[in-house]
Amino acid sequence: MTARRDTVFRTRDVGKVYETGGGQVHALSGVNLDLYAGEFAVLLGPSGSGKSTLLNILGGLDRATSGRVWFRETELTGMNDRGLTRYRRDHVGFVFQFYNLVPSLTARENVQLVTDVARDPMPPDEALALVGLGPRADHFPSEMSGGEQQRVAIARAIAKRPEILLCDEPTGALDSQTGIQVLEALREINDRFGTTTVVITHNAEIRKMAHRVIRFQDGSIGEVTENATRIAPSEIAW
Amino acid sequence: MPAIDRKLLRDFRRLWAQALAIALVLACGVAILLTAFGMYRALDDTRSAYYERNRFGDVFASARRAPESLLREIGDIPGVLAVEARVTGDAILDMPGRAETAVGRILSLPEARAPRLNIPILRAGRLPESPSEVAVNQTFALANGFQPGDVIEANLGGRKRPLTITGTVLSPEFIYTIGPGALMPDNRTFGILWMRRDAVAAAFDMGGAFNDVSLSLDARTPPGPVIEALDDLLDPYGGLGAFGRDKQLSNSFVDAEITQLRSMAMILPPVFFGISAFLVAMVMGRIVALERSQIGLLKALGYSNAEICLHYLMLAGLIAVLGIGIGWTAGTWMARVMAQLYAQFFDFPFLIFRVELWVYAVSAAVALLTATLGALRSALRAALLPPAIAMQPPAPPRFRQTLLDRAMAAARLSQPTVMILRSVTRWPGRSALTSLGVALAVAAVMTSTFMSDALDRVIDAAFFQSNRQDAMLIFSHDLPLSALEDVARLPGVRQVEGQQYHSAILRNAQYEKRVPIEARLPGADLSRVLSRQGAPLDAPPGGILLAERLAAQLHLAPGDTVEVAFLSGDRGTYRMHVSGVVQQYFGLGAYTDLAYLNGLFRQSPRISVANVTLDGTEIDALHAAIAAIPNLTGTVMMSSTRRSFRETIQQNVVVMTGVYMMIAVLITVGVAYNGARVQLSERARELASLRILGFSRAQVSYVLVGETMLLALLAQPLGWALGRLFTEAMVRGFSSDLYALPLVLNTAAYTRASLVVLAAALGSVLLVRRRLDRLDLVAVMKTRE
Repeated sequence: MTARRDTVFRTRDVGKVYETGGGQVHALSGVNLDLYAGEFAVLLGPSGSGKSTLLNILGGLDRATSGRVWFRETELTGMNDRGLTRYRRDHVGFVFQFYNLVPSLTARENVQLVTDVARDPMPPDEALALVGLGPRADHFPSEMSGGEQQRVAIARAIAKRPEILLCDEPTGALDSQTGIQVLEALREINDRFGTTTVVITHNAEIRKMAHRVIRFQDGSIGEVTENATRIAPSEIAW
Repeated sequence: MPAIDRKLLRDFRRLWAQALAIALVLACGVAILLTAFGMYRALDDTRSAYYERNRFGDVFASARRAPESLLREIGDIPGVLAVEARVTGDAILDMPGRAETAVGRILSLPEARAPRLNIPILRAGRLPESPSEVAVNQTFALANGFQPGDVIEANLGGRKRPLTITGTVLSPEFIYTIGPGALMPDNRTFGILWMRRDAVAAAFDMGGAFNDVSLSLDARTPPGPVIEALDDLLDPYGGLGAFGRDKQLSNSFVDAEITQLRSMAMILPPVFFGISAFLVAMVMGRIVALERSQIGLLKALGYSNAEICLHYLMLAGLIAVLGIGIGWTAGTWMARVMAQLYAQFFDFPFLIFRVELWVYAVSAAVALLTATLGALRSALRAALLPPAIAMQPPAPPRFRQTLLDRAMAAARLSQPTVMILRSVTRWPGRSALTSLGVALAVAAVMTSTFMSDALDRVIDAAFFQSNRQDAMLIFSHDLPLSALEDVARLPGVRQVEGQQYHSAILRNAQYEKRVPIEARLPGADLSRVLSRQGAPLDAPPGGILLAERLAAQLHLAPGDTVEVAFLSGDRGTYRMHVSGVVQQYFGLGAYTDLAYLNGLFRQSPRISVANVTLDGTEIDALHAAIAAIPNLTGTVMMSSTRRSFRETIQQNVVVMTGVYMMIAVLITVGVAYNGARVQLSERARELASLRILGFSRAQVSYVLVGETMLLALLAQPLGWALGRLFTEAMVRGFSSDLYALPLVLNTAAYTRASLVVLAAALGSVLLVRRRLDRLDLVAVMKTRE
């Protein structure tokens, strides 16, 4: 990575406050972060440190309470609901810890959910082939293992050819072997399409496959480190 | 097909049982709307078209004998377009091959021209051309198997004459044909005979005169002033009071039916649509709660709020489509049954008993709207759910310590019981609506059983308490009391009692009503009038007894005074005091003392009707003798009236009870089944936890079954109250000048309603309970919610 990098996301003094029955919870405060085109970033930190909140704000699923967020030249913080929907539809791919597949749809149909609404999607079967699930396209989620389900979720996320892929604990519900398969799929996408990939994880070992590691502590960024060398997912000690 | 629509169809298939339970309730609404509204329109349109084509009169009157020269003056009344004068009279008919006589109402047909008003339609044969020929109404011919060319004998003005039937006709005046003194149409024993005017005039001694007139008015003229003017003109000639279409007998029966259909179309469907909307809301609320993370996902994928809202509305839409399909099928069938029923009672020349397409469209639109409204709140909640929140599990429902909790603690209730009670109080709105649904079902059962109880009471009161005679002999004019002795000598007659009938207008301040007045001998045993308590009543001299509904219409109570303007007798106007009210289910009657009335009219004792009891073995001989009595114009055989009433009513009541029962069960199943399914879905984890903790299946089932049955039990008092309201509304809706229903609700009716509904509720919840046995404990505990 060079010093003059193409910035995809910029956040300035981003804060997020949740109102709960018991009072206010400061999920994020004063977060300043730039994310660059094509990079594979890992967000590390304990539960409740604000990683998911930031990811949701970047993905247009949530709004910051204070501060500003830009996606390239577009400011997300000022966008209305319709704008955010458009933004998600056109630019963002999501992968969640619990896969979030629609149980009543087959693997192909789950991917098709995206290709039905995206601007320039790839065929669902191509996306499934990319994650090695071509032969399982007609299976329902209940007929697949956790790893397979997560790979369907990845296929679904990449089928729209997104510029950014946001993954919230993609391996959190998986054992090491299937976890590695999922990480390999993510790495493959990142390498092949240059998709900016942000991965939240509890597993500190995964940081070694990232370009950059961003550590969260109590709602703000503690430390950002760059990996001089990255390891392959298969080398990760689980 | 887009994947999101495929999800829709699969979700719908998965929910089929719940969807069907809702769709069936919705279908009830659609079917009843279709039938009641469709039939109401069809009947109304058919009647209007018939009246228009056959120039049904607007104002009608009869008189004793008016000169034809009066017709010019009648035609000069402002607003009168056409005048048609006739000669009419009743005659006893000797039926070929049958001992029992019939009564014929004879109407004259103008000579050398077609009738201007009330034009009869020839259905077979031709109209009469010679004085010994008649055309008869089609139903009379059908009921007796007459063909053109058949001959019947009529006792015309004291002379027996053979009449050849030349054809059968229908007339707008006789869509509903009911004989004098009869309670139900009986086409076998009452017929309409059209005869050439010269023949009728000769038979009833009406040369150059008429005794019946119909007028048509221009569209801008209200009938009121014309009726008054006509009354003034006919008064010197024994006018019996002119009246508009609304009082014309056949028309008012059709009116009563149309009113009933319209009130059915207005009252019942909204109830079903309301319940359906609630059920859709309950089920959709649960689905949206369950699919929370899927909603979040769809949003994350870039589906807009509108698309998500539409997705859930379409799910409700599919339920509506199912309901519409079932409703249309059932409604079309019900409309056909109804049309057959009408064909039995009403005689229309052409049948527009077809529900118009736009009624189908309207019922479908209303059903779709209902489902949409029911789903709207949940669909909007899904649309407005912030995606980041949607991805997280929902916060557990908030429970708070309430008075009830302290009471439960004090009562040391078991934990499952506490769970039931907390759930009921935690969602009070849902609990209340569930109970309301069950209560409506109870009310529906009560309404159904009420009909048969009420009709039993009517039959008992009308035929066993009041009209206990075997036959009524109606004379053409008042006869001296000694005529009763002649009647007593007829073969088979055991007991004879006489009555006098008059027509009069009763007035109290601005209220007035034209009614028949029956003058009776005190202590009459064959034809009695009863108080509300069932005790026989006699009017004292100077007093008058009024039917309850008549007293209410005239705003009169016992002790008040009423003005009685007689249209027959001495045609004088007198004041009488209301000495009591009479419980009466057919017609609006008024009763006075016979001797008092004769004194009032300054006439010797007279009678116009003889009530008799008979020896069954001599009936044939009696009929043979009756056909020869000159002054007799009609006989009513009460046994055949009883039989036809019973048969007709029985058949209708069985159908109605069946329909209402089915409706009640559908509502109960819809509410109880969906309630239990939603509960099971919400509580799967909780119930599985209980099982894991060592609770038995029975104990866990208790939680599920307990809540539904508790709500069903709580619903009973409300159901009884609603049932009472509904039956009261039905009694009001059914009540007209022609007939009324008593409000009969006994303990058995309440018990029966509760048992039916509780059984249906238990059955539905047990269906859901079976799912508990199949609960995969491990899978349920793993499911993230």
